[in-house]
Amino acid sequence: MRNLTVIALMIGLLATSCGGDDETLTIYSGRNEALVGPLIQRFEEQSGIDVTVRYGDSGELAATLLEEGDNSPADVFFSQDPASLGSVAIEGMFTPLADTLLGRVPERFSDEAGRWLGVSGRVRVVVYDASEVDPSSLPASEAGFVTDEWEGRVAIAPTNGSFLAFVAAKILLDGEQATLDWLEAMADNSAPTYSKNSVIVAAVDDGEVDAGLVNHYYLFRRIAEEGADNVVASNYFLPGGSAASLVMPAGVGIIAGTPEESAAEEFVEFLLSAESQEYFAQETFEYPLVDGVAAHPDLPPLASLSTPNLNLSELASVLGRATDLVARAGLL
Amino acid sequence: MSLPALDETAGGTPPVDLPGAELRPVRPGRPPAWLWIAAGIALVPISIPLLFLGGRVIAAGGEAWDVITTGRTFELLVRSLAFTAAVTAAASAVGVAAAWLTTRVELPGGGIWAALVALPLVVPSYVIALTYLSFAGPRGLFADIVGIGLPRVSGFFGAWLALTMSTYPYVFLVARAALRRIDPVLEEAAHGLGASRWHTFRTIVLPQLRPSIVAGGLLAALYTLSDFGAVALMRFDVFTRVIYAQYQGRIDRTPAAVLSVVLIAVALLVLWLEHRTRGRAAYFPARAHGRMRTGTLTRRGTAAALGYLSTIVFLGLLLPLGTLAAWLVRGAVRGDVIDMRWGAITGSVVGSVAAALIAIVAAIPIVVLTVRHRSRLSVWLERAVYLIFSLPHITVALAVVFFGASYLGPLYQSFAVLVIVYAVLFLAQVTGVGSASLLQVNPNLEEASRGLGRNRFETLRRITLPLISRGLLTGGALVFLTTMKELPATLLLRPTGFDTLAVRIWSTANDLFYARAAAPALLLVAVSAVPTYLILTRLREPV
Repeated sequence: MRNLTVIALMIGLLATSCGGDDETLTIYSGRNEALVGPLIQRFEEQSGIDVTVRYGDSGELAATLLEEGDNSPADVFFSQDPASLGSVAIEGMFTPLADTLLGRVPERFSDEAGRWLGVSGRVRVVVYDASEVDPSSLPASEAGFVTDEWEGRVAIAPTNGSFLAFVAAKILLDGEQATLDWLEAMADNSAPTYSKNSVIVAAVDDGEVDAGLVNHYYLFRRIAEEGADNVVASNYFLPGGSAASLVMPAGVGIIAGTPEESAAEEFVEFLLSAESQEYFAQETFEYPLVDGVAAHPDLPPLASLSTPNLNLSELASVLGRATDLVARAGLL
Repeated sequence: MSLPALDETAGGTPPVDLPGAELRPVRPGRPPAWLWIAAGIALVPISIPLLFLGGRVIAAGGEAWDVITTGRTFELLVRSLAFTAAVTAAASAVGVAAAWLTTRVELPGGGIWAALVALPLVVPSYVIALTYLSFAGPRGLFADIVGIGLPRVSGFFGAWLALTMSTYPYVFLVARAALRRIDPVLEEAAHGLGASRWHTFRTIVLPQLRPSIVAGGLLAALYTLSDFGAVALMRFDVFTRVIYAQYQGRIDRTPAAVLSVVLIAVALLVLWLEHRTRGRAAYFPARAHGRMRTGTLTRRGTAAALGYLSTIVFLGLLLPLGTLAAWLVRGAVRGDVIDMRWGAITGSVVGSVAAALIAIVAAIPIVVLTVRHRSRLSVWLERAVYLIFSLPHITVALAVVFFGASYLGPLYQSFAVLVIVYAVLFLAQVTGVGSASLLQVNPNLEEASRGLGRNRFETLRRITLPLISRGLLTGGALVFLTTMKELPATLLLRPTGFDTLAVRIWSTANDLFYARAAAPALLLVAVSAVPTYLILTRLREPV
């Protein structure tokens, strides 16, 4: 009998220990913990604000936000791609950002209506195993990967926010039918599927697969961790100016109606600070978007890349279609 | 999902038809309403979200139908069933052979082998998968040490091997328990009359073992159908992985809901098939306890038997643990930070303890109803508990996410919801052992208490519970163990910032940082080993 009293007491203790922690900023982060965890920690130390972070894929968290609606515990959505941000914005779940914040980032990297803003730039590239693949054999755009030559050799991450943003961009640039045809051709070509960009880079570097469609900076992270001598993977910036060479920002928005709005604004402000922009440039190898901070010297200048001309605010309007097409092609 | 099959008393045969229930006098007196209410409450946290999931799929109408009728769903169905069948067949063969060798043959090392062969039970399937992945392959651990790359283990073969090694112990334990009960006198007679060992095994042993093989095979099949971690790491597309991918990759969550409902239907079908098969199987009378007689093999036979047992112990235990240890040492030598967070350890332990405690409390009214007030309704109650236990966790978690986001308000994404879901998912582990304990308590004791003027509640508190507390605690230990390893429900339902060892292992392995998965994986195995040891030793005594 004493056992049961102890059990009852313990349940009571557990129940009380897990309630009420309201004075914290809750961030939904579609960005990898390894990449932004240290930065968020710096923010906590400097601001004295307690932060809890829910890490996941950008698309997954966007869908979660939409499912939760007013019930969401999130205060901030920090996303890997503009399409996920846009799909939350369309539903009216972001509060418009102050012009003082918006003004610090080039207009083309933020939402037209000012509901989210870009904080760092990244480029879609092809990562390839330099010990297996001759870079001169790589095509100019994603269209070249559906040939027999590349069967089973080009990895994609169909559930990943950045990949889905690329598919959305392709719909806007080439039309729905062409996009579906390409996805189906990739599926027919047995493109191996992975859960995310970082895994594709590791898989290419481990010799598991020859090439993959990813964002540019994961390779540099790999080099930083493993040492340049131990990394055989290399980046190829597609020269064709197609959707697969899209430049897109990671961005942030503040959830409408959050009780932590000032803390949330402080966080956005922090992401745009010289310190954070420097962190993106030097630690995560992204392109800083705020004036006065230079990109990492190992990266080609942003202006030198051939990228498609696209209004990023429109991506969200076709994101739902993009995921449907990916599923219809049998890649999900 | 992890299922208990540590012994026949722990649910090795599903608790739907409790053996011996009819042997003891059962008091059919009307149970009080509060007992029913208390028992019913335990089922609410999962059954309501499941009904909501079903409602959502029905409400989606045409879209749901589109998801079902596209070629992909059918392909998935075939693929998942074929995969489950392949794993179940292999696990049954491996498990039965090992059970026979450890009960019928004199081997050097004796009883050690039985313990070693059962031990992979403490290694979660996703840990086995990640060690295979990081060991083989052109740039894997083996290639690093020896200089020759092994072929990559992934896809169908990798998932099949990992799940066979994680599920054969279920068949092994159930079959071994049965073999210990079956009198070897028939086998000896056949052998004495000149039948070969193989002939004897096929014509005498196998038919007697059939019910146990079906029971153990069912556990393996349900485990395989529900497994998420191993198939996802091996990148093999079966239902669970695709449901998770759809959940992650699509803004529209209806397809994930539809596929979940289809997977639930498949799991129910497997249960029903088992029920049918078991109903027709004949059970052979057990013999009174006596000394186990074992035969000896020829020298070559002994060598082959040892080779066989060593191989499965190597694949199921030594290779996984050795690989983890090697990663840990290499990481330490290279000066990597060992990614060991207190948050993950406390999260695992606190979550598992809470789940076990809640499950114990929730099980009490169910145990009393199903044992002391056996009726059509209480049999259904018992079945419902077992059904929930058999459901793939990813589908239950998805249902709770959908329901919670809309209706649970502040409880949504809370620790409370997570541990309650754990507790209800694993309730069958406590009710199974608890019911077996209560069956051994003479109802006359309770009658005497009532006769001396104590009311029902007092009798339950002062007489019944102390007598079955040991069984309940054993069941609670099983829940603790299962919760520690749980992955998909934890991934979907954990509160923001809540971390567990399982989540840590999954996310680092999923990022291919195998070295970082080593420390939490070894710790998880170590922590699970303690209750497993306690349960195994405890269950050997009368509960």
